[in-house]
Amino acid sequence: MTDLTALKYTAEHEWVAVDGDVATVGITDYAADKLGDVVYVDLPAVGTNVTADAVCGEIESTKSVGELYAPLSGEVVEINDAAVDDPSLVNAEPYEAGWLIKVRVDAAAVDALLDRAAYVALTGGDQ
Amino acid sequence: MTSPRSTPLRERHEALGASFTDFGGWEMPVRYTSDLAEHHAVRTAAGLFDISHMAEFIVEGPDAGAFLDYALAGRLSTLALGKAKYSLVLAESGGILDDVIVYRLDEGWYLVIANAGNREPVAAALAERAQAFAGSVAVEDASDSFALLAVQGPLARSVVEATAGIEGWESPLADLPYYAAVRATFEGEPLLVARTGYTGEDGFELLVPAAAAVALWDALRAAGADRGLVPAGLASRDTLRLEAGMPLYGHELSLDVRPAQAGLGRVVAAGKESFVGQSGLAAPLPEDAPVLVGLVSEGRRAGRAGYPVRSADAVVGEVTSGALSPTLGHPIAMAYVAPGLSAPGTELTIDVRGTAIPATVTALPFYRRTT
Repeated sequence: MTDLTALKYTAEHEWVAVDGDVATVGITDYAADKLGDVVYVDLPAVGTNVTADAVCGEIESTKSVGELYAPLSGEVVEINDAAVDDPSLVNAEPYEAGWLIKVRVDAAAVDALLDRAAYVALTGGDQ
Repeated sequence: MTSPRSTPLRERHEALGASFTDFGGWEMPVRYTSDLAEHHAVRTAAGLFDISHMAEFIVEGPDAGAFLDYALAGRLSTLALGKAKYSLVLAESGGILDDVIVYRLDEGWYLVIANAGNREPVAAALAERAQAFAGSVAVEDASDSFALLAVQGPLARSVVEATAGIEGWESPLADLPYYAAVRATFEGEPLLVARTGYTGEDGFELLVPAAAAVALWDALRAAGADRGLVPAGLASRDTLRLEAGMPLYGHELSLDVRPAQAGLGRVVAAGKESFVGQSGLAAPLPEDAPVLVGLVSEGRRAGRAGYPVRSADAVVGEVTSGALSPTLGHPIAMAYVAPGLSAPGTELTIDVRGTAIPATVTALPFYRRTT
């Protein structure tokens, strides 16, 4: 299991795992639960640049459409084709097999994101 | 704003870990675990829904049938005892105030089940329309006295038949036709079992006094445990009814829609002497009035309520409900489109947040059960 306290978070319910200058991004279990069963994932193409806090993709459930916000600015270096093919991974393993994109970022920008305690507080401690 | 209300089964839903949503002024379970799993359970085994938010009106008296003929779109005075009928509450304009199911259980005793969100307008309309029948009809809003549970799916009958505490059947459940109801008892309380539903499957709706709701829920779950019965929330109820091509008030039906536009012209009885909505419907429907159609697409991106429908570049309609169909595996939607573009096979597009998704007009329903 992923150590959730080692991740960073956004108010838009993304999680971020930083390894060197590459940030892996997904949505939190809280967000996945709120959406319901994810049936479609639309991700930016590898090589495109995403902008912090701007919409860069979509996550659709049977009931609703959620937007994927880029937590940080940078170039998309990899997307999770497995999650595109099988969107239920986003519900089943949001922090592992259900990751969405990897972005090359300025590592210094990561500090501005929320830590686990701040994110849990944001969601009303409903974790 | 008043705070949302809860049904007598609230604690049961919470114990099952349900997520809740506000629906028609009620806080209702939207899903318990997975709305896809709940949807598939109803198609393949059985699902148990709490629909106690729906409104129940009792219409009683020697002129009850004549009153309903006047107050509703259909002819209810000739409804056979023990039978149910889908009907509409029309405004004088001919627009739709609500869609209802009417049960006739005795000569002068009808039950009208209305949508939760329309309880007050329907109560007001029935009360006002009953004034001309004063002394011979009484309309009672009995919504708070009852709980309503739905057991839906191919195994629904075996679940209800196996439920402990249900006795005193007036006639065997196996003999009950679609859109008919039979009386029984549950732990000594009066129980009405109707072969009706909102999923496109065989199934039953069970009306009991509110105080018996928890015990009936538990007994149904116990009987369904080894038959694949799962509690199912409003998310699956919505995708199930959409696949079955059934309208939802506020989406496909509204005061701005006349029955014929929604494909419900047959619900308005021909040749009635007088009924509310008659004068509005006497005016011909404008030739360009949009009509309800089904749309099917390929891929996985579904149109949603409010999305524009286009032909070439022109906007020709709007989606009212849409989802990736869990049973069919492709997107489906209902939409109002220009009448000239409503023929099955017509190629249109849905504007899905800036992307034009091809969509083909198709006859409703999208899904029809085979057994």
